Amino acid sequence: MDPSARRSLLAAFLRATPRAGWWGLGMAAGLAFAVVPALHLWVPVSSPLHVSDYTVAVAGKIACYATVAVALDLVWGYAGILSLGHGLFFALGGYAFGMYLMRAIGRDGVYHADLPDFMVFLDWKAYPWTWAGTQHAAWALALVVLVPGVVALVFGWFAFRSRIRGVYFSIITQALTYAAMLLFFRNATGFGGNNGFTDFKRIFGFPISAPGTRVALFAASVLMLLATLVLCRWLVESPFGRVLRAVRDGESRLRCLGYDPLRFKLLVWTLSAVLCGIAGALYVPQVGIINPSEMSPANSIEIAIWVAVGGRGTLLGAALGAVLVNLAKSWFTQAVPELWLFFLGALFVAVTLFLPDGVVGLLRKLRPARRARAARPAGAKGSIEEVVA
Amino acid sequence: MTSRILLLVLGLAAWPALATSLDPTLLKGLAADDSEEKLAAIGRLTAEAGPEAAAVLSALADGRLQMAGDRFLIADGDKLRDAATGEALPAAPDGADAIIINNRVRRALQGSLAVLRVFDVDRKVRLEAAQALGEAVTTDLLPVLDRALSREKDGGVRELLVLARARASLRSPDPAVRLAAVKALGSGATLAVKAQLATVTQAGNEPDAAVREAARSSLAAVERRLLLADAVDRVFSGLSLGSILLLAALGLAITYGIMGVINMAHGELLMIGAYAGYAVQVFFAKHLPGGQDWYVVAAVPVAFAAAFLAGVIMERIVIRHLYHRPLESLLATWGLSLLLIQSARVTFGAQNVQVANPSWMSGAVSILPSAVLPWNRIVIVAFSVAVLTVTWLLLGRTRLGMFMRAVTQNRAMAGCVGVPTGRVDTLAFGLGAGIAGLGGLALSQISNVGPDMGQLYIVDSFMVVVLGGVGQLAGAVLAALGLGVASKFLEGVSGAVLAKIAVLAFVIIFIQKRPQGLFALKGRLSEG
Repeated sequence: MDPSARRSLLAAFLRATPRAGWWGLGMAAGLAFAVVPALHLWVPVSSPLHVSDYTVAVAGKIACYATVAVALDLVWGYAGILSLGHGLFFALGGYAFGMYLMRAIGRDGVYHADLPDFMVFLDWKAYPWTWAGTQHAAWALALVVLVPGVVALVFGWFAFRSRIRGVYFSIITQALTYAAMLLFFRNATGFGGNNGFTDFKRIFGFPISAPGTRVALFAASVLMLLATLVLCRWLVESPFGRVLRAVRDGESRLRCLGYDPLRFKLLVWTLSAVLCGIAGALYVPQVGIINPSEMSPANSIEIAIWVAVGGRGTLLGAALGAVLVNLAKSWFTQAVPELWLFFLGALFVAVTLFLPDGVVGLLRKLRPARRARAARPAGAKGSIEEVVA
Repeated sequence: MTSRILLLVLGLAAWPALATSLDPTLLKGLAADDSEEKLAAIGRLTAEAGPEAAAVLSALADGRLQMAGDRFLIADGDKLRDAATGEALPAAPDGADAIIINNRVRRALQGSLAVLRVFDVDRKVRLEAAQALGEAVTTDLLPVLDRALSREKDGGVRELLVLARARASLRSPDPAVRLAAVKALGSGATLAVKAQLATVTQAGNEPDAAVREAARSSLAAVERRLLLADAVDRVFSGLSLGSILLLAALGLAITYGIMGVINMAHGELLMIGAYAGYAVQVFFAKHLPGGQDWYVVAAVPVAFAAAFLAGVIMERIVIRHLYHRPLESLLATWGLSLLLIQSARVTFGAQNVQVANPSWMSGAVSILPSAVLPWNRIVIVAFSVAVLTVTWLLLGRTRLGMFMRAVTQNRAMAGCVGVPTGRVDTLAFGLGAGIAGLGGLALSQISNVGPDMGQLYIVDSFMVVVLGGVGQLAGAVLAALGLGVASKFLEGVSGAVLAKIAVLAFVIIFIQKRPQGLFALKGRLSEG
């Protein structure tokens, strides 16, 4: 590859996110890397400006959720593939990193044994083969990417090859995560059964509940979210993104034009799964537990409503939706827990009926002037010739 | 065989004596101060084995047996009668005193009374008693068994008694008796018989080689029968699971075929049907206690109507607006399902509620020894066949059915020739919902009724729709029954969880080979 091509790739990468977007991302980064750590670590607890442990944990968790929402928006909003099984990839990433965290406990568990507590409890003598090498953080991190990636690749290849799409694809992904949940519920599967992994003590040698570690994990989650936003923005603004939209809007026509949608769908699908896996790996040390209920169909479909609330096909909207819905969830489950499901159910119905473009769509409608400005000249270059070139 | 005929003759000879009265000398020891003597008398009475002996023993157990001089009296409320002759007494004679027993005697009495239940007039009681005897039989019960056999007319009870007798005879010192017993055991089909025979085949337990050989061939016969019974059992529970899946999937297939909308709240329509059954049961318990047994029949229209109504409301308010956006309709209907689950939780409580089988649906038919088909499952299979037939007739033979098929094939054209497509949509959705409600009622008869019950079946019923294709009832029927039976068989091999995973993997692989099972898409989704 000659240097000019590389430069133009980089330039395209940087240009994909508009200037205002970079400003926003920079502010978010400043908040996450400087303001929150400072307020959490150095402002005394008594001060009203202090950011509590709980707030940092919730914010970190929501950043992970927002990453998942952006990943789902990439496949749903742009390629028209609604996955009701993204919770599976999230949980697989979490489990992959959880294995490392479990082994990092060492002999500090309840039974003070070499094996994790649940294995002692099951009277196992050695790690099953699935755990091989997970004492090395590097291999565990590789698994975080590999396991969701390979599962998504294999499943996607089978599903897309036989041209399963639309609602059929959605319900098959739902069945996939359901089956995986059942599998992980079994003790014999070797991942802690019902209880999953918990009681983590340290991560990369640092105590896991120390304020410094918490802030670092939070910052890493926000960084992941910002990186995902930039990466996805670049993808959807590129010719590749135009093909994805063509898949969404008229797959048969695209095929007539000589494109094979399989590879495009497979790539974006696998990428989305990998992003979810990484988010899951960041989520587990902050929440301190991973169990099979993360794979329940209800969890996965909730991700879809985050995206729908924020606005499909907007990326930033998906992240916004994840933040809004999860803040509402935190408030409801503390204040009026019995009303939460009513609220969530009504949200599903109301958003699909009255707010098909989500909050972002609503804002655009309310401020048409801004919308006109947002329609940059770049929007005009979507001709077929360019995409083919 | 000869020995059985001989027994029969002996039994018949003993019959008249039993029918009229009891030998008074048999009763003697019952009043003895010594527990040993009492026990011996109980043993003698047990061996006597007749309704009179049973009456005396149960009176003794309840403290109703009195002693006046050397006469034994049984108190029945405020009436008294002579225990030996059965003659009624006008008033209590002087010095009548209840016989008191200690715990040891009481235990022996309970055992004897359990054995004597094989003489009860109720066939069900006899059947249970014979079953219990077969499990824990001893040599000293042989005379009782012979007597019971001589009087027993019912084939099922006889079979159990013969088995029990054979097992008792195995302890006999005579090899010929043991050989006959082993051969008789060969017609059994319970795990207990199998275990018993397996011990006989071992040289340590059975000295005679011929008996061991006979035991081996009997064992093989029993094992074959057990295997068959197991297979019958699995096929049948698979069929009943399949027929529930069918009721669930039928509605899904109709609504999907016509409107291209997959209804994620379909499982909750099952739940509505089940709770409707529960409500009818509560209503009957309060207002019509006499008709309790028939509440299920009354619940059929109620369950259908409740789910139909819920379906029509859902269609009118929400789903109608989402026909052109199938993916979003998934989300909206999921939201509806959350609302319905939470409403059920608020109304009926988060705990499961009890829905009882009516008496005519409980119990079982035994087609083979040890292969029993529970009545509730038989009724469910028959019920879903009936619902399927009605649906098929409705779709194929009525005007509404014709409209539905027309809309499925070409909505625009159907509208042009005057089919009221909007109303057909609503009715079709209501029909699908109502069928799901019937499925829920059926489900309430074999499993728990709770707010979350619909969630358990929704994934399975989607698999049926995926496998069976859309728009053909035959596909749905085959897929439902196939999935039901396959998952029951796999459960036996690998456990329930792996069975579910295997079924899912199978569905995914199957649609690789036959995507037309999937892709017989009609209606609005045929666009690519």
